[in-house]
Amino acid sequence: MNRVLQGQFAADWVAVGAVSDIPIQGARVVKSRHGDIAVFRAADDTIFALRNRCPHKGGPLSEGIVHGHSVTCPLHNWVISLETGAVEGPDEGCARVIGVKVEDGTVLLDLSRLTVS
Amino acid sequence: MTRQKLIVVGNGMAAGRVLEHLFEEAPDAFDVTVFNAEPRVNYNRIMLSPVLSGEKAYEDILIHDDAWYAERGVTLVKGVAIGAVNRETKTVRATDGTVHGYDKLLIATGSNPVIIPLPGKDLPGVVTYRDLDDVEKMIAAANAGGRAVVIGGGLLGLEAAAGLKAQGMDVTVLHLMPTLMERQLDPAAGYLLQRAIEARGIEVVCKANTHAILGETRVEGVRLDDGREIAASLVVMAVGIRPNMGLAKAAGLDVNRGVLVDDAMRTSDPDIYAVGECVEHRGACYGLVAPLYEMAKVAAQGLLGAPGTYTGSVTATKLKVTGIDLFSAGDFADAKGREEIVLRDAARGVYKRLVLEGNRLVGAVLYGDTADGTWFFDMVRSGTDISDLREMLIFGPAFSGATPLDPTAAVAALPDDAPICGCNGVCKGRIVTAITAKGLSSLDEVRTHTKASASCGSCTPLVEKLLTATLGDAYAAAAVQPMCKCTDLGHDEVRRLIVAKSLKSIPAVMQELQWKTSCGCAKCRPALNYYLLCEWPGDYVDDQQSRFINERVHANIQKDGTYSVVPRMWGGLTTPDELRAIADVADKFKIPTVKVTGGQRIDLLGVKKEDLPAVWADLGRAGMISGAAYAKGLRTVKTCVGSEWCRFGTQDSTGLGVKLEKAMWGSWTPAKVKLGVSGCPRNCAEATCKDIGVVCVDTGYEIHFAGAAGMHVKGTEVLTLVASEAECIEIIMALTQLYREQGRYLERIYKWADRVSVATIRSQVVDDVPKRAALLQRFLLSQATAQVDPWAERVKGFEAHEFSPMAEVGKMEAAE
Ligand code: SRM
Ligand SMILES: Cc1cc2nc3c(=O)[nH]c(=O)nc-3n(C[C@H](O)[C@H](O)[C@H](O)COP(=O)(O)OP(=O)(O)OC[C@H]3O[C@@H](n4cnc5c(N)ncnc54)[C@H](O)[C@@H]3O)c2cc1C
Ligand code: SF4
Ligand code: FES
Repeated sequence: MNRVLQGQFAADWVAVGAVSDIPIQGARVVKSRHGDIAVFRAADDTIFALRNRCPHKGGPLSEGIVHGHSVTCPLHNWVISLETGAVEGPDEGCARVIGVKVEDGTVLLDLSRLTVS
Repeated sequence: MTRQKLIVVGNGMAAGRVLEHLFEEAPDAFDVTVFNAEPRVNYNRIMLSPVLSGEKAYEDILIHDDAWYAERGVTLVKGVAIGAVNRETKTVRATDGTVHGYDKLLIATGSNPVIIPLPGKDLPGVVTYRDLDDVEKMIAAANAGGRAVVIGGGLLGLEAAAGLKAQGMDVTVLHLMPTLMERQLDPAAGYLLQRAIEARGIEVVCKANTHAILGETRVEGVRLDDGREIAASLVVMAVGIRPNMGLAKAAGLDVNRGVLVDDAMRTSDPDIYAVGECVEHRGACYGLVAPLYEMAKVAAQGLLGAPGTYTGSVTATKLKVTGIDLFSAGDFADAKGREEIVLRDAARGVYKRLVLEGNRLVGAVLYGDTADGTWFFDMVRSGTDISDLREMLIFGPAFSGATPLDPTAAVAALPDDAPICGCNGVCKGRIVTAITAKGLSSLDEVRTHTKASASCGSCTPLVEKLLTATLGDAYAAAAVQPMCKCTDLGHDEVRRLIVAKSLKSIPAVMQELQWKTSCGCAKCRPALNYYLLCEWPGDYVDDQQSRFINERVHANIQKDGTYSVVPRMWGGLTTPDELRAIADVADKFKIPTVKVTGGQRIDLLGVKKEDLPAVWADLGRAGMISGAAYAKGLRTVKTCVGSEWCRFGTQDSTGLGVKLEKAMWGSWTPAKVKLGVSGCPRNCAEATCKDIGVVCVDTGYEIHFAGAAGMHVKGTEVLTLVASEAECIEIIMALTQLYREQGRYLERIYKWADRVSVATIRSQVVDDVPKRAALLQRFLLSQATAQVDPWAERVKGFEAHEFSPMAEVGKMEAAE
């Protein structure tokens, strides 16, 4: 399934590995100069990528439990939408969404929007 | 007037439909030549599955026979492909070397099956599933007998498998994902489908990654990643399709995933149109016929100089395996702002899922009962505002006409013959009659008089709603706290049903117990994982993704994302060698903090995740295993020095602590379990505020339990006093097992004891000797497979993906 969240034309797609490298309902980390990126694989095989920092206190979202298109942060159980990076429920905040697409089973991330934060 | 020359490349279902429109609208507009790589006329590709299974013959699925082409003056060149298009000279070159000029060109080359680049993929006996040749090869293989392996558990794969089975082959379907048709079905519905497929004698292996196709001169089998080999005389690859756009690309047309077309089905060259599976329109590629028909109409209009507009299609599919009803329509991906309504009727094997966005229905998946498919599909396509129907929508058109109803009213509105309890065949009318005629006022009474909800219990919520509907406020339902928002059932009911229905996987639980969400949440998944692990020791495979991070990587996550590592120190004992190994590890991995814990062992804090396996390897070489400082399981056993050294010691408290820890490590429990063993009532090991404690006295061992010293400080209760060490250990193991079986997930021993009472626990693990023996037996059975050091496993490479980044990017710039 091809899925482009944003920045399709920003054209800094970098291949980071195969979809099958990521456990289903799990995540892997991609290290970059500007910080870690969490790449998630939902039960329906959709791939998402977020900056690996919880909007609450910076918890590593890659370590959370993935359910539906959300992840529960491992530190204090905030629930973050994988689609928008927004915190669900009563809490507020937003994790940065990274553009991601899949071509022939390879995951590509759009690094053009990745700046130091 | 000379007719324009139209050349059609490909003669599949899309091309056939374009020609039909052209000849209906303007029979004389074009002089048409069709090139088809397949050596035959136009046939209905979607009916290949009935041909494979023997339910139909090739002749039955023809769309246009030779006479059709002859009558319309169409030149059909069979078995000849077009190899190149020259847009400057407006000519095409066929593979037979001939060159033909065109005024307009129509590309309808369909798609190619994906072939996984495995060793052995070119061996005779390895086929794809796309055209009649493939079907003929499969039938020939079936006639020779043996086993077929179908790689891919999607629509095509399952149809191929069912067809081959019908032709008498043994069939194994290999599917990469944990459940079948994961794009369409959530795991629970995938489980239902798998059961239905297996019921026809087809073997289904999920999470199966094919490593190689075996054989010298022809296929002999496949080997999976885990080393397993399956013998096979036929291998069918049905893992997906890819738009066939090579020709268009070579001709310099704009392509992406497919040949790019505008809303008039025109490519980037105004004289070239494209339709069917080979195109990409507004970012979408299709793999079904309905969209192709819509495209074909618009393309014909364009060719005739009166361009129409194609705006994309909403698609619906059905699995064409006789006896299995599966329908899906629209878009059912879970997304922000979308809600789902799930209906599971376990007794009838029915599953329905609707996906709503705002007030519109955007997708529907139906399994087992697809009668309302068209109704839902119409709603998806028309974008009907469903706000008034919402509550009853999932029950289909029969119930959705009326005004919105609350759930009780909805049950009240069911007809008298509506089945309520599938297990005992009790309908609504009987229950209502019993309630009124016999003056029933509780769930238990209804159970006794009608048997409804007395077996599996999954209709309990319905029966309760009937009680409310019939008795009004006079009925107060027992308040069961649901496990989470995904179900109305409480923890105890879920556990009871796991046993009663022999449910052995999370998807099975979710389907059979009618979960309301498609794949659960972070609350129910870890709980279900524990319940299954506890109920089916050695059988159920721990679901890593349903575990909290600490129990997944077997270390405690810290606030900065590093981890702490606590090795076991049996009963608080250590040795110079262990201490040296710990010191060396701390140096080698630059571990910032080394601390003595409140549990009598040493904590290494601030370890990087990537370093964990190496740290464990070093500790493991010194004989240390995980202290499970993170586990809903046995944590520490604190001891004091006891009779070995202490002048007051009455028994060997250190020795007993070590024995208990050795017997009980590795066990998973509803919440953490901590033990303490003190050598005399001075209680230096603080045994009287532990989950389970032992206070040694002159006459033996006083067993305590249900203490805690965390958020609530709670002194223990005395369970009993026993004379021998052996009996003490036995009772503690039986007690732990009872807690494992009855405790709700995350409920510590003291809360469990509060709920079920100290007296009942005592009667079961102390007084009732046969019961105690049975509990002990079950504990030991579970320990036989549970005592595997998770660190050692991971040092050997288990779950290796956890401990290394997927990639590192953006570092090479300086070098470039
Ligand atoms: C390391 C340690 C503190 C220390 O430096 O001494 C510790 C550290 C943590 N404790 Fe503790 N507890 C430690 C002994 C205790 C004790 C004392 C004991 O065990 O004798 C208690 C009171 C006894 C008890 O459990 O009743 C204790 C009561 C808690 C509680 C409250 C439990 C409760 O039911 O109220 C929590 C929270 C929880 O479990 O939900 C907790 C949770 C934690 C966690 C796991 C918090 C977390 O989830 O991250 C801490 C993990 C730190 C880490 O990464 O290692 N810790 N904690 C001790 C580890 C013992 C060991 O060797 O395994
Ligand atoms: C077994 C099976 C079951 C299916 N079941 C369903 C179903 O239940 N419902 C549904 O909606 N869809 C189903 N489909 C999908 C459906 O058949 C396709 O979507 C449809 O056939 C696509 O039509 P098309 O004209 O684009 O391509 P095709 O029908 O594949 O036709 C393309 C033709 O072009 C020819 N060709 C390719 N390149 C060249 C060239 N260079 N020169 C000349 N000829 C060329 C090919 O040989 C082929 O004959 C099924 C498909 C299969 C294989
Ligand atoms: S328990 Fe009693 S006897 Fe044992 S060490 Fe402590 S004080 Fe000494
Ligand atoms: S850091 Fe994520 S919830 Fe606190």
